[in-house]
Amino acid sequence: MIWKYGVFCSILSGSVWGTFWQVILTILGILTTGLQLSLEIAPALFSGALIGFIYLIYQKKIQLKQHVIFVFTTTLLIYGLTLGDPYFGKDENVFVEFILVLITSSFIWISIYLSLKNISIGKLSRYQSEKFYIRLLWGLGLIILILITLIPFYIMIMTSLKNQQSLILNPLDLSLDFSNGFNNLFISYIELFKNYNFHIFLMNSFLVSIVTVLITLLFSIPGAYALARLKFPGKEWFSGSVILIYLIPSIVLVIPLYAVFSQLGLRNSLFGLIIVYPATTIPVALYMLRGYFSTLSSEIDDAAIMDGLSRLQIIYKIAMPLSKPAIVSVALYVFMIAWNEFLFAFMFLDDPNLFTLSRGIISLNSSEVPQQHLMAGAVIATIPIMMIFIYLEKFLISGLTTGSVKG
Amino acid sequence: MKKNVKRKESILSIREKKLAYSLILPTIILVLSIVIIPLLANFWISFKPISLGDLRPPKLIIKESVRSKLSPTNDFAKIHYRYRNSSLKYELNEVAFSDIIPKGITVTKIKSKHECKIEKNEIVCKLGKIKPKVFGKIILTITKNEFWNDDDNPESQKPKASYKSTNILTSLEFTFENFKKIFSASEFWDVLKVSIYYTFFGTAGALLIGLFTAQIVNKSFKGRPFIRGLLLFPYVSPVIAVAFSWVILFDPYSGIVNSLFIQMEIIEKPINFFGQKYTPINIFGYEFNFPLALSMVIIFEIWRYFPLSFLFILARIQSIPQDIYEAAEIDGATPLQQFYYLSIPFLIGIIAVLFLLRFIWTFNKFDDIFLLTGGNAGTRTLTVNVYEQAFAISNLGAGAAVAVVIFIFLLVFSVIFIKFSKKEAM
Repeated sequence: MIWKYGVFCSILSGSVWGTFWQVILTILGILTTGLQLSLEIAPALFSGALIGFIYLIYQKKIQLKQHVIFVFTTTLLIYGLTLGDPYFGKDENVFVEFILVLITSSFIWISIYLSLKNISIGKLSRYQSEKFYIRLLWGLGLIILILITLIPFYIMIMTSLKNQQSLILNPLDLSLDFSNGFNNLFISYIELFKNYNFHIFLMNSFLVSIVTVLITLLFSIPGAYALARLKFPGKEWFSGSVILIYLIPSIVLVIPLYAVFSQLGLRNSLFGLIIVYPATTIPVALYMLRGYFSTLSSEIDDAAIMDGLSRLQIIYKIAMPLSKPAIVSVALYVFMIAWNEFLFAFMFLDDPNLFTLSRGIISLNSSEVPQQHLMAGAVIATIPIMMIFIYLEKFLISGLTTGSVKG
Repeated sequence: MKKNVKRKESILSIREKKLAYSLILPTIILVLSIVIIPLLANFWISFKPISLGDLRPPKLIIKESVRSKLSPTNDFAKIHYRYRNSSLKYELNEVAFSDIIPKGITVTKIKSKHECKIEKNEIVCKLGKIKPKVFGKIILTITKNEFWNDDDNPESQKPKASYKSTNILTSLEFTFENFKKIFSASEFWDVLKVSIYYTFFGTAGALLIGLFTAQIVNKSFKGRPFIRGLLLFPYVSPVIAVAFSWVILFDPYSGIVNSLFIQMEIIEKPINFFGQKYTPINIFGYEFNFPLALSMVIIFEIWRYFPLSFLFILARIQSIPQDIYEAAEIDGATPLQQFYYLSIPFLIGIIAVLFLLRFIWTFNKFDDIFLLTGGNAGTRTLTVNVYEQAFAISNLGAGAAVAVVIFIFLLVFSVIFIKFSKKEAM
C-alpha cells in the first residue's frame, strides 16, 4: 500500500498544496493587481513536492530561521523551474511578481509544515495515515469553504467600487483606483443616493422591518405564553397547526392577496406589506417563544399569582425579562426575514416612493443601469443585516437554529 | 365545603380559558385573514376564468356636454349625456344616473331609450342593464325660467352614477379551463421534472456540504467562532444581493469566471452559465447534453443553504457526549471508524428531519430561480410557473391552479414529515 508510507504522504501533500495555492493565488493576483498573469501549475507542484520530501528527511525542530529558509528555498525553486519568469506575464512587473511568488511560497510551506506533523518516512499505521489524510482534507476543505463563501461578496464589493470604462476594458481588473480620490471610488453609491432615491428605499426597508418585528412580538409573546402556560381546549391542535401554517409558501398566497389587495387599494402601500409580513412571521415566533417559555419554571408564575399579579402582569414583569435572550433572537430573526423579503415587495409595490431595498434593487436590474450600480445597491442592502449579524451573532445563531427550518 | 372548592376551581379554569383565548385571538385573526383565507381563496380563483385585467372592476363612464349655451339672448339649449360600459367583458346591472339641474332651468324634453324622469331639481334615469362595450346617449332640451340668472350652468354639477357590477372574484362563475390548460400544456411535465430535480439535488447537496462543513468546524482551532459566523453569510444576506452577484460573476460578456477561463485558455468562447439550457459534454467519447443553467441554479441553492444544514448538524454534533470519543480513541479506533460508528448513528435522525424540511422548502423556493434566470433556459419550476402564468401571461386563474398543484405536493410532503418527525421526536 504505497499511500501508507510517509514518503508518499509528504510528496502528495507537497504537490497538492503547491497546485492549490498556485491556482488560488494566481487568480487572486490577477484580480487584485490587474496584471495578465498566466497560470503555471507545474513549477509550484514540483517545488511543493520537493519541499515536502526535504522536510520529511530533515526531521528536526523547526524554528523561525528554518521557516524562513524553507520559504526562500520554495521561492528559488519556483523561479528556477520557470527560468526566472514565474508567470510568463505579458506585461511584466517584476517586483509585484516576486511578492506574489513569495506569498505563494509561504502559504505552500506553512501548509506542508502543518499537514506533515508526526509523519515519519516509513510505513504508517492505519491510525496515523488516516489522521494525515483527514488533516490534509480538513485544511483544503476549510480554505475552499471560506473562499467559496466569500468570493461572491468580494466580487460584489469590488465591482461596486469600479467605474464603467475600466470594467469594460478589463473585467478581471478589480484593483482599486485611489488616484482620483475618495469620491470617485464611491461614485456608484453617491449616484444611488442622489439619483435613485436609495435613501428612501433604506428608510422604507427599516420602517417595514421594524414595524414587522414590533407587531410580531406584540402578537406572539402573549400567544406563546398562553400556549406554554395556560390550559384551554384546542391547545394541542393549535400548537400543531402553527408549524403547519409555517410550511405554507408565500407563492401560494401571493395570487389571492394580490387580487384582494388590489381591490381594497392596499396593494401599492407599505401598510399592505406591514400586515402581510407579520402574518408570515408570527407562526415562527410563536413556535420559538413557546419552546422557550415552557423551559421557564412555572413555580414563579404560581408564586406571582399568590402575590396578586394578573396574568398580563406576569407576562410583562416576569416572563418577558426572563426570556430576553429568546425575544432578542426572535426579533433579529424576524427582522432578517422582513429585511430580505423579496416576493411580496416585488409584487405589491409600484410607486418608487414606497420601494423597499429589495424592490429598489430589482428596478436597477436593467440594461440601462450599469452593473456597478446594481452591485452598490446589493452592498447597501447587505451591510445593515451583516452589521446586526456580526454584533449579535450569538442571538441570531440561536434564532436560526430554533426557527430557520424555514428559509 | 368540597363543592365550593370545586366551583372555585372551575371558575378559575374558565377564567384561564377566557384569558388564553383572548391572548391567542389576535394571532388567529391575523393568520386566518392573511394565510388561511387566501389559501382557500387560491382554490376559489383556480376555478375561475380570471385574468389580471379583471381586477379592475367594470365602471360606467358618463360625460356631460352642453350644446349652445343659454344666455340672455338664447332661450334653448341641449345637454348631452354620453355613457359607456368601460369593461370589455362584464355587464353592468341596475345602472342609474342622476344629475342636478340648476333652479333657473326647466327641462322641456327628454330624449332617451330608457326611463327618465325629473324629480324636484334632479334628472334621474334608470338605464337597467348595460352590456359590455355598449354605449348610449341621453339628450335633454332645456329652457330658461323665471329664476334664471347668468351663473346657472348645468355642467357645474357632475352627473352621479350608481350600478352593480359583477365582481369576477365573488361571482359564481366557475370553470375547469385552468386545470385543463396547465395539465395539457406539454411544458407542465417538464416543469414538474425540473422542480423535482432542483429540489432533490439542491437539498441533498446542501445537506452533504453542510455535513462536511460541520465536521470541519467541529475541530477546535483558532478563530473558529469567526469562521462559523463567516460561513453563515450566504444564508443571512438578502437573496437579491447574492443572486445578482452570482449573475454578474458568471455573466457571459463581462463576468469574471468567463474572462478568467478565456485568459487561461480553458474555454474558447464565453459560456452563458445562466442562459444556456444544455451544453454538450464529452466524456470518454460519449457525448451527452448537460443541463447547464439548471445545474448552476442548483449550485446556487447549495451555496446559499448549506450554512443552515451545517448549523443544525454542528449543534447536534456538539451535543454528542465527548467521552465516547475518548473511549474509542483509547481503544484505537481510527478517525473514520469514529465517524462511521459513533457520529453517523447520532446524526442520522437530524439529517433525515433536515432533509424532509429542506426538501419542502426547496420545493417552495421562488426567489432564487426567479432572480437568477427568470425561469428561462430549462429552469422553470412550479413556483416560477405560478408567477409566469399569473403575472407574465396575466392569467390569474391558471397561476392559482399551479399554486393548487404545489399545495397538494406540499400536503403529501407534510404528512410524510409529520409521520416521520413523530417517530424521530425532533
